[in-house]
Amino acid sequence: MLGTPEGGAPVRLDTTTYLPEHTPAPAVLLAHGFGESKDSVAGEAKTLAQHGYVVLTWSARGFGNSGGKIHLDAPGYEVHDASLLLSWLLKTGDVLRGQVAVAGSSYGGALALLLGGTDRRIRAVAADITWNDLASALFPNAGGGRPGVFKKLWAGYLFQAGFTAGGTATCGRFAADVCAAYQHAARTGRPSPRLLRLLRDSSPAHVLAHFTAPTLLTQGEQDSLFGLDQADANARGIAATGTPVQVVWRSGGHDDSSVGGDQASSALLGWLGSVFGSGVHGVQEFTLARGGATVSAETGRLSRVLMRADGYPGIDARVRSSATEHLTGPPQTISAPAGGNPAAISSVPLLGGLLAQAGALGAAATSGLSLVPGQVAGFVSAPLGSSVLVGGSSTVRLRVTSRTTTDAVLFAALRDVGGTAATAAGTAALSAAAAGSATGAAGSGSRTAAGESGAPDLSALSGTLPAGLVAPLRITGLRPGVPRTVAVHLPWVVTNVPAGHRLALTVSTTDLAYSMPTDPRSYRIELAGGLTGTLRVPGVEASVVRAGHPLLFLIVAAAVCLLALLLVTTVLRRRRKIVRPAPELADVPVAITSVSKSYRGGYRAVDDVSFTVQKGQVVGLLGPNGAGKTTTLRMLVGLISPTSGTMHVFGQPVLPGAPVLARLGAFIEGPGFLPHLSGRDNLRLYWAATGRPAEEAQLATALDIAGLGASLDRRVSTYSHGMKQRLGIAQAMLGMPELLVLDEPTNGLDPPQIAEMREVMQRYADTGRTVVVSSHLLAEVEQTCTHVVVMHRGRLVAAGSVLEIAGAGGTQLAVDDPGRASEVLSAAGIAVRSVPARRALEDVFLDLIGSD
Amino acid sequence: MTAPTRRGVHQRLASLPASQPPRFLPQRTLPLRVEFVRQLRRRRTQVAFGLVLVLPIIVALAFQVGGAAGADAPALVTLATVGASNFALFVEFASVGFLLVVLVSLFCGDTVASEASWSSLRYLLALPVPRSRLLRQKLVVALALSLAATVLLPLWSVLVGGVFFGWTPAQSPTGSTFDTATSLLRLAVVVAYVFGQLLVVAALAFLLSVSVDNPLGAVGGAVLLVVVSNILDQISALDPYRHFLPTHYNYAWLAALQPSISWDDMMRGTGISVVYAAVFFAAAWLGFAHKDVTS
Repeated sequence: MLGTPEGGAPVRLDTTTYLPEHTPAPAVLLAHGFGESKDSVAGEAKTLAQHGYVVLTWSARGFGNSGGKIHLDAPGYEVHDASLLLSWLLKTGDVLRGQVAVAGSSYGGALALLLGGTDRRIRAVAADITWNDLASALFPNAGGGRPGVFKKLWAGYLFQAGFTAGGTATCGRFAADVCAAYQHAARTGRPSPRLLRLLRDSSPAHVLAHFTAPTLLTQGEQDSLFGLDQADANARGIAATGTPVQVVWRSGGHDDSSVGGDQASSALLGWLGSVFGSGVHGVQEFTLARGGATVSAETGRLSRVLMRADGYPGIDARVRSSATEHLTGPPQTISAPAGGNPAAISSVPLLGGLLAQAGALGAAATSGLSLVPGQVAGFVSAPLGSSVLVGGSSTVRLRVTSRTTTDAVLFAALRDVGGTAATAAGTAALSAAAAGSATGAAGSGSRTAAGESGAPDLSALSGTLPAGLVAPLRITGLRPGVPRTVAVHLPWVVTNVPAGHRLALTVSTTDLAYSMPTDPRSYRIELAGGLTGTLRVPGVEASVVRAGHPLLFLIVAAAVCLLALLLVTTVLRRRRKIVRPAPELADVPVAITSVSKSYRGGYRAVDDVSFTVQKGQVVGLLGPNGAGKTTTLRMLVGLISPTSGTMHVFGQPVLPGAPVLARLGAFIEGPGFLPHLSGRDNLRLYWAATGRPAEEAQLATALDIAGLGASLDRRVSTYSHGMKQRLGIAQAMLGMPELLVLDEPTNGLDPPQIAEMREVMQRYADTGRTVVVSSHLLAEVEQTCTHVVVMHRGRLVAAGSVLEIAGAGGTQLAVDDPGRASEVLSAAGIAVRSVPARRALEDVFLDLIGSD
Repeated sequence: MTAPTRRGVHQRLASLPASQPPRFLPQRTLPLRVEFVRQLRRRRTQVAFGLVLVLPIIVALAFQVGGAAGADAPALVTLATVGASNFALFVEFASVGFLLVVLVSLFCGDTVASEASWSSLRYLLALPVPRSRLLRQKLVVALALSLAATVLLPLWSVLVGGVFFGWTPAQSPTGSTFDTATSLLRLAVVVAYVFGQLLVVAALAFLLSVSVDNPLGAVGGAVLLVVVSNILDQISALDPYRHFLPTHYNYAWLAALQPSISWDDMMRGTGISVVYAAVFFAAAWLGFAHKDVTS
């Protein structure tokens, strides 16, 4: 693309167009910042294109791959270039008629304003962190009057940014007139009339009166280059024409580019949507970011809180508020060192954000840099009764007396003094500060003397310097020794000063970022009212932006709780299987009818087993390992549920937790104790868990059966397997239940103990109670039990009394020759019949389960 | 141990009265007192509370030896040594992410699973303690222990902080100072919110506890969820879905340190936490009610 010719030569501009999915669409000319190129805004351009905008980006002349020289957004060059580009874009047919916006940040923001004020085809403008008047931004004067103090660090840094490939050695890619004017100012610290004219041409201030395009102004709160005052001037100028203007004070800025970009982007999207959608009219909402207002839940660091007001306080009196604080402090004499060194450090280009962050966190960290002993006069307010949201420029009247010169260069700042400094900061402390200043002026720069005297020196003033901003002040036409009263506009800041903190005004003679006189000076600084003065603090009637409906979360949570409760209760109720009690079985300890249990995968652990156990019986559940004995017993105590069939204990159906299980004592598949408790405590707590009276437990009998002696009071984890086994059986017998279910009780016991256990079971049954005992040891069952249930592979093989199963009773006689014996016995008159030999249970068992 | 010494037993058995059906009330089984004794006498409970008591002292000593943190550290860290309440806030800030998570997982995840691993669960159920009641009593005790740890940690930290760094009122990272009463009130808000957040961990640990027989699995599973959730929460590409991760609002209590408390994120965090907790608890109950106990 061809831009405005320069020096008779054509200038090529490097452009990129981003098209949305559907065209024609509204268009946005997106301009980049100083020292950047069109690539710097590619991301933003893509986002806009995704949201349906045709976006044209280009490298401004003097930057990137574009030709030409840098003219600082001069109307005849950069602004005219943009007009040419717009004409070209409109010819492509991709743009909806009358829907063109221009947006940009910093250098691009000023271009947006300058184009918006001069090109009628622009229907919306969005300018981020930019200037209103370059002269007042680079030569600010908080005392009014132009020009002020040269912002030398920033100016030098910006000038350096123009030195990219293709420039000259002394001027880089700057146009000769801009270069020469800058160099003059950098040398002298004063602007030449030529520079002032150049800066005026490059400033939106002179085009605002012609504005018709609705404008969004986003300005950074951490910006020592283009402060909030610049956006304020733009907003007032545009609002004066009746054009809608929205102002956003966002976090970040030239001093901290790491934050706030997201805020600017979303504001831009919102603004374009409104302007090209429903259209914008009248007073616009105002948003500000209150930095350090909260601790980020994600990082644990301080973060911003967004606040909103119905209008911008600079335009709309409704949201404007103002508080008055009384400052006190004696007149103080401060000195400016020769050469302006050492100088206080408040903000440094590119490092500004770092300093501001450090300042917000540790006041002491920066006060040492921004408060140089002997160079600072300070005045403090009383502790604030309630917290104050400072939003804008506070004003105060000072009386300044120069000792030797006719002009004065000073730096005024508002500080938030809190914590221990706030309690220490009294008038007395300040007198000490003044004294410290005096000694500093006399040449002793040391702070130790004041510290040793017990009075706080500058610590009374140390506190947060909001955004690291100071307001430079140049007063001219002074007469040495004669005081002059000046109204001072302190830096535009957004900060919340909590209750209990004090506001402090500091006036110092040096600041590293500015050009200062090099001759040694001294000034006497006092408040306009002598010992007291009035500080006017602007505020904003803004409320915290609440996103979404947090209450909804609680409502949903309550609803989910209710639903969960309902679900659980209904499901639990419905799932309870309907098995009726069987009153006719009330005296039958165990009645199992056609019970099967199959597990996932179809494995049937118990298959159609039925048997009953009568009172006083000792029933042996016999079967090899894996016969289904333990599964049957687990079902009997409600640990697992049968797949089909019913189980009744004393006529009551067995269900998980059925109260009838209290009539049953169980020892199933090994003992289970709390290893950290003693055996005695285990039994005691186990019984306590039944909720039944302790005297029903028959604890002594049970402990006797366990027979653990002194070991009873050792931790169970120290027990042998046999000891645990016996304790487990004792636990099952607690309360002497009517039905005792023992699964392999003699595992791990030695023969005498097995004999004893057998004895116990028999005697237990003798009391009319019932014992069901499972075992794979046949001899044991034979000796202990009255009845046997034989299981194999989950099926019931046989059930009945030991006698029935093992065959009929009778006396057995072993003879060598049965035929001969029969004859002999017959002859002797003894009746002989064929006697089936009583077989050992083992033989029966082996027969029953087959040979495998 | 041998027969002669057991004569007494045999006589006692012989003299047992005929059996009577006992008066048994399911709603009286496993009283809280009993479950508390069972849990409090465990070494892990004692070690956990010991840790809670020792940690603030170690941290305080570390600060005293190493000095306060630099200005670039998280806001609460730089203020940790201001005084009692600030120290407590710092300890809370440092423990919310892991220590309290582990403790709550331990109390709620280990409670049923450890019984299963000791085989004592089946005896409780055969007692019979109704299953719902078993869960209820176990959960009440586990949550009570969790709450005790959550409350004890900051409370004890206030004392430790006071002894080490003085009784200066709390200083908020946002610049304001609170008097002692307000400090304690804010601390109470913080503790209450943190406990609400830990409900997710408690519920998941409890669900795992009734689902697996291995206490380590239950405790580790719950901690793992928090770790995974924290990792996912770091991925901003997951917006806005990560806002619904159970740990996303873990630190929303920091909003209670502003001059006027901002409840928004705490409401969100509590809501999300309670939803997860309700689902997990319901699953635990439904799963356990008719589960085959094979441990």
